[in-house]
Amino acid sequence: MIAILDYGSGNLRSAERAFATSGLDVVVTSDARIAVEADGLVVPGVGAFAACMQGLNAIDGANIIKKRLERERPTFGICIGMQILFALGEEHSLGKPHSGVGIWPGSISELAAPILPHMGWNSVEAPYESVLFAGVESESFYFVHSYAAKTAFGKLQTWTTYGERFLSAVEDGYVVATQFHPEKSGDAGLKLIKNWTQSL
Amino acid sequence: MTLSVRIIPCLDVTDGRVVKGVNFTNLVDAGDPVEMAQLYGAEGADELTFLDISASSSGRETTLDIVRRTAEQVFIPLTVGGGIRSVLDVNRLLRAGADKISINTSAIARPELIAEIADRFGSQVLVLSVDARRARTDSGFEVTTHGGREGSNLDALMWVEKACALGVGEILLNSMDADGTRAGYDIGMIRAVRSVSKVPLIASGGAGSLADFAAALDAGADALLAASVFHFGVHRIKDVKSYLGSHNYPVRAIATL
Repeated sequence: MIAILDYGSGNLRSAERAFATSGLDVVVTSDARIAVEADGLVVPGVGAFAACMQGLNAIDGANIIKKRLERERPTFGICIGMQILFALGEEHSLGKPHSGVGIWPGSISELAAPILPHMGWNSVEAPYESVLFAGVESESFYFVHSYAAKTAFGKLQTWTTYGERFLSAVEDGYVVATQFHPEKSGDAGLKLIKNWTQSL
Repeated sequence: MTLSVRIIPCLDVTDGRVVKGVNFTNLVDAGDPVEMAQLYGAEGADELTFLDISASSSGRETTLDIVRRTAEQVFIPLTVGGGIRSVLDVNRLLRAGADKISINTSAIARPELIAEIADRFGSQVLVLSVDARRARTDSGFEVTTHGGREGSNLDALMWVEKACALGVGEILLNSMDADGTRAGYDIGMIRAVRSVSKVPLIASGGAGSLADFAAALDAGADALLAASVFHFGVHRIKDVKSYLGSHNYPVRAIATL
């Protein structure tokens, strides 16, 4: 069973339906017990970094994610749901970055591009060993964001360039994340989701 | 690696049906918005826009249901505009499955609405729809309201700058002079708006020939919206994309999985 974490962030319906195309049962929940126990947890997210952290803290979301990591259960962050996994977020922070869940190092900072948000379909440079991108490494995915992680860490990083190079996906053991929206990326996104659900 | 230009078909919806001339042969029911959304998605549309022109509240309820059913079946971004007056309206549409919403008349009447929506849901959900025409304002472009029927004396460029400062994430620029003419996008207007805004710009109104799409991109548009040329089958989405691709504009190929 896949749980989509509901912490008050926008449009969960398309994530629910997109993950359901994998054939697995999908529930949208803010119940900590269900979220910790699920075979896979999806952390979606639209909006600003601080607002999302606030919503996440209200349901003790950081602990849900950390408990799953301890118990070696897979978690998938999407868009802001990826960003909040990092240590710090600079969005609307006036020089004093907001704290994230902090399972990954580094800071989420604004993209150096003339037109923001980075909105639309862009391609990726995925590593050869990537599980998520197997069979879709040459496809485009749908992005909507102005901030991103730009520092390399760990092993399986996927990069995209818009103004500058940033991390468009991370595969770090039991935790994976994409800056783009696989649930809005057509057949390529559905295939990527299936790659993940089949790895559970 | 480059961001692709977006091709966006726009469907005018009222009381659950697509209106404004639709002429498909390969559909069971040419007026069903969910079916049309699926078809355009399969043909390679990069986003979809529904413009709700319902006059009644029951019509708007029906649109919510259409958004719900579309989001369940079509996995590309969906923007919904028309009749949105409050944060509550936005919340309802987003929860039904819209990814972005566009506002126009209500933001002109009460510009703070822009900041209210952006603060709550983020700028990325908020498209400012600007229905503009050539007129004797400072910049030569005036904003119109009520679907282009009424002038506002509001200068289009000043309005765009103000709206960007308040937090819109994208601009949908409709030329009321070019709309429906198929004589080409208003290139001068696109250039002028591009020069005062740093958010993505969608050009709308006037698409006719394939070269028209390229000209709008040259003028600074990031995305291209069209209605009648697609609904009447003058061009298929894949034709526009292959034309642009062969002229070295970045386009997204349909996934072949």
